[in-house]
Amino acid sequence: MPRLERRPTPSRLWTAATPVLAVIATMFAGGLLFAALGKDPVEAIRTIFWDPLFGEFASYSRPQLLVKAGPLILIAIGLSLGFKAQVWNIGAEGQYIMGALAGAATGLAFYPGDSPLLFPAMVVIGALGGGLWGLIPAVLKLRFGSSEILVSLMLVYVAQHILSAAAFGMLKNPEGRGFPGSRNFQQFPAAFNGELIAGTGMHWGVVAALGSVIAAHVLLSRHILGFHIRVAGEAPRAARFAGVSPALLTSVCLGISGALAGLAGLFEVTGPAGQISTDFASGYGFTAIIVAFLGRLHPLGILLAGLLMALTYIGGELAQLTLNLPSAAIQAFQGMLLFFLLAFDVLSNFRIRLARRARA
Amino acid sequence: MIGSIDPLLLIASLMVASTPILLAAIGELVVEKAGVLNLGVEGMMIVGAIAGFAAAVESGSPLVGFVGAALAGAALSLIFAVLTQVLLSNQVATGLALTLFGIGFSALIGQGYAGRRPPPTPKLDFGPLSDIPVLGPVLLRHDPVVYVSILIVAAVWVFLKYTRAGLVLRAVGESHDAAHALGYKVVRLRVLAIAFGGACAGLGGAYLSLVRVPQWTEGMTAGAGWIALAIVVFASWRPWRVLAGAYLFGGVTVLQLNLQAAGVAIPVQYLSMAPYVITIIVLVIISADRRRAAQNAPASLGRVFHASS
Repeated sequence: MPRLERRPTPSRLWTAATPVLAVIATMFAGGLLFAALGKDPVEAIRTIFWDPLFGEFASYSRPQLLVKAGPLILIAIGLSLGFKAQVWNIGAEGQYIMGALAGAATGLAFYPGDSPLLFPAMVVIGALGGGLWGLIPAVLKLRFGSSEILVSLMLVYVAQHILSAAAFGMLKNPEGRGFPGSRNFQQFPAAFNGELIAGTGMHWGVVAALGSVIAAHVLLSRHILGFHIRVAGEAPRAARFAGVSPALLTSVCLGISGALAGLAGLFEVTGPAGQISTDFASGYGFTAIIVAFLGRLHPLGILLAGLLMALTYIGGELAQLTLNLPSAAIQAFQGMLLFFLLAFDVLSNFRIRLARRARA
Repeated sequence: MIGSIDPLLLIASLMVASTPILLAAIGELVVEKAGVLNLGVEGMMIVGAIAGFAAAVESGSPLVGFVGAALAGAALSLIFAVLTQVLLSNQVATGLALTLFGIGFSALIGQGYAGRRPPPTPKLDFGPLSDIPVLGPVLLRHDPVVYVSILIVAAVWVFLKYTRAGLVLRAVGESHDAAHALGYKVVRLRVLAIAFGGACAGLGGAYLSLVRVPQWTEGMTAGAGWIALAIVVFASWRPWRVLAGAYLFGGVTVLQLNLQAAGVAIPVQYLSMAPYVITIIVLVIISADRRRAAQNAPASLGRVFHASS
């Protein structure tokens, strides 16, 4: 009977190796899943992981990689700070929506203005919108002790209904002939978040994502706040003795992750999505949870994980077109990835001993 | 306008609206009493919804549907059980994974089932009893699952309060190390509790797709599993309070639907968010009384158990 023996500290080798193992295992299990759906597993996996980068339509799909990875990375960086400190913000989807709504509403209020300050103002207000939405669970937790997990999640549904109300009411395009949805930002240059370098998919949101990776890395490795976040997660009692304020930490983690999710929403609505509409929320806030874990809550890991997850999105769309693979398959595939990651994690925290110990 | 809402019908439909959440919540209560926090309720519910729907449509029997849903929910929960109990993974992360996977997986199986109608679940006939004024239409004209859900609550209450096994389960939830030292099989018991929770969540999901709606649409649980988790907290981990909580939330849901139908001058979206907002408010009120909340929560809730010897 194999036995698990806790390692004094998690193995660095296995911590780095488990995501790779998890991806490989998911490819196999996903292949089985696709085979069960009557698709050729090898071709499906190749379509998802290879073709978007090197296939026939690669010139179209490569820029999409950054477009999709940008918001995922931005949100996941914020979430990872909280997860490290055992603050569970799972309502990033709601903060993403509220950031987009706040920023877009600001821009639309000044339509058709052309001030160069408009877009920066929208960015700031988008971050504030998401940040304040993220602070609601923090305040309720600190003041009343309610679980931030449940509150932040409930607020996703509230935000989705506000989004729908905005698309049908407050922000509806007055020239839209009664169709729901706001004005399109493409026709509003001062507020449009276009490609910075043509053909790369690089927009301000991607720049912000890269910036957040660097900032998070500096924060965690060089700044006292980052140290507090790590201590609070790994040794809560020690953290309290060291004077780390749990209240401050909870607010900071939820506020930052909310603000980053809000930013992601703002960049998305003013760029790739183009307008506030009922189907604007596409689940980035939830997929980012997988990205954060797959990236081992480490900024550089999250960068890679975000790119990989973006690849599965694009590959999934491609497989939908060429292989008629259902769009939901890719969601199940991403969920499976997280399962395998958590399963393999046992290797980084424990040693597996096969032999019985001599003494009974 | 508001006068057009019939209070008797309201209470009767409240029982139907509450049953999915009630089933999921009572299952999760047992899981949490065993010291395990399974945040995958939403995922197990939605997989139960499609599995039950598919089984009922293919077999033509709602009973087969409900059994299939319970099995599917339990099967999915066993993934969680293996990961958290054997491979000692973080329960919060694993529960989230279960929900994310469940939503995708259900949409995948559910593909040819959108727009189809399930076989109707017959209502129980209590004969002349169903014709008693007031009481009859409110309480005695439902389908069997409504009564089964109440029976499950009663059974859980008896099990936890009056049986030895229930005592052991609570001991495991309060202090897994002490229970282990006394020779109880912590992991085995928790796996069983998790499977029970999964089966209940699956049943709840199937009730949505087979009776309440009755149809299959992607993401149809729309947070019901999360509300069930909140109800367990609201109920301070007591079975009868879970029933009260679930009926309260069912009441809010039905009331806002009735207000929508009655054409109240509030945009539909604001009425639809009411159940979620009220969940938050109730959570806050319950948690504010910290001393009581701390007393009732199982002490080992969410902690990883690793027997060192």
